[in-house]
Amino acid sequence: MTQVLLYALTGAVLFMLGVRAALLRDTVLPRLLALNVSGAGVFLIFVSLAYRGDSLPTDPVPHALVLTGLVVAVSATALALALNRRLREMDNE
Amino acid sequence: MMSQSLTMLPDLVLAAMLIGLAWAALSSDDLRRGVVLFIAFGLLLAIVWARLHAPDLALAEAAIGAGLSGALLLVALRDEAGGKETAGRVSQVSRWMVDLFALIMACLIGWVLWLTMYAEPAERLAQLANSMLEHSGVSNPVTAVLLNYRAYDTLLELVVVLTAVLGVLVVGRERRGYRQAGPVFCGLVHWLVPLLIVTAGYLLWVGAHAPGGAFQAGATLAAAGIVLRLAGNDAAGLLDGMLLRWSLVAGIGLFLLVGLGVTINGGLFLQYPEAWSGSLILVIESAATASIAAALVLAYRGGRPDGWLSVADYDNNREVSR
Repeated sequence: MTQVLLYALTGAVLFMLGVRAALLRDTVLPRLLALNVSGAGVFLIFVSLAYRGDSLPTDPVPHALVLTGLVVAVSATALALALNRRLREMDNE
Repeated sequence: MMSQSLTMLPDLVLAAMLIGLAWAALSSDDLRRGVVLFIAFGLLLAIVWARLHAPDLALAEAAIGAGLSGALLLVALRDEAGGKETAGRVSQVSRWMVDLFALIMACLIGWVLWLTMYAEPAERLAQLANSMLEHSGVSNPVTAVLLNYRAYDTLLELVVVLTAVLGVLVVGRERRGYRQAGPVFCGLVHWLVPLLIVTAGYLLWVGAHAPGGAFQAGATLAAAGIVLRLAGNDAAGLLDGMLLRWSLVAGIGLFLLVGLGVTINGGLFLQYPEAWSGSLILVIESAATASIAAALVLAYRGGRPDGWLSVADYDNNREVSR
């Protein structure tokens, strides 16, 4: 149980760090990096709650949700990067 | 007591390193340094997933979270170079506001954690998921959740991936490719790419009963494409024209076909007949692997392939032909 708590709190701290940096940084790439870190924090909370000690099998439902989340996160990052590149091109025109 | 604190030691070290790496990546003023630290953060996270008995996630994180996100950010850094930075100052007041906001969020998360862990431990789906496993057609519980119990979610997720890549295709042209790599890198590519393809096939197949599955396989295949592009293959190993479009929608298409087929035979949408579920899941996963890999590689190429027309080009062409 203490392991669950440790990782859940770590996840919360990562989420905080990410959200704070996403709000305070003023360029796009660091913000995207920060959002990815806060996403990782949320995933960590989910997966730590799925862990139920060495004796019980882990809960597969949060694992599946996080797996979905990972792929969605990378797609969203790719779209944001493409939009950023387009904005940059329009600035330069 | 002593033994328990000893088993906790690796967890404490991992947690501290995660927070330290995240802090370093986020507070670094040098973007390149930040991205590299973020990749290291992703790899460390993969170890944490393994530690928390989530090997499916460890595989996916190493390939997607650390690998592909890192590759996308690194290639985006190249665009940033030479561009002008418009850095505005953040006032002290907004700093305080953000800190206050973060504090409130922290309290909320703490409260929710306390509720789920101690106050009202709700009934878990784990028991249900594991007890129905023998009817799902696969024996890896995560694959069962993804492609059987919650197949709707996965179908919609593939739609999200397709939407994102359509957005990438719409907003711009692909980046210029790289020049032909030297003999040493080409030598590496000659055995690395086949190895990645075989690994992807293995992950896809083994996902039915062990850690693996369409997402990990798709990401591994996409990694092979990225390696090819770095070596000077501009198409990154992707097919051209119509075939590429078909492979982008193959996952969703097969998913829908299976769903409709089941419905026509009198079942509910995506409620596979038990005898067929194993093979249906494998078919859907194979198509999804191709779609995910194609989408991720296109995202890495950064936009429309050169031959493809945008809506504006299409309109211009029509104007000209009139």
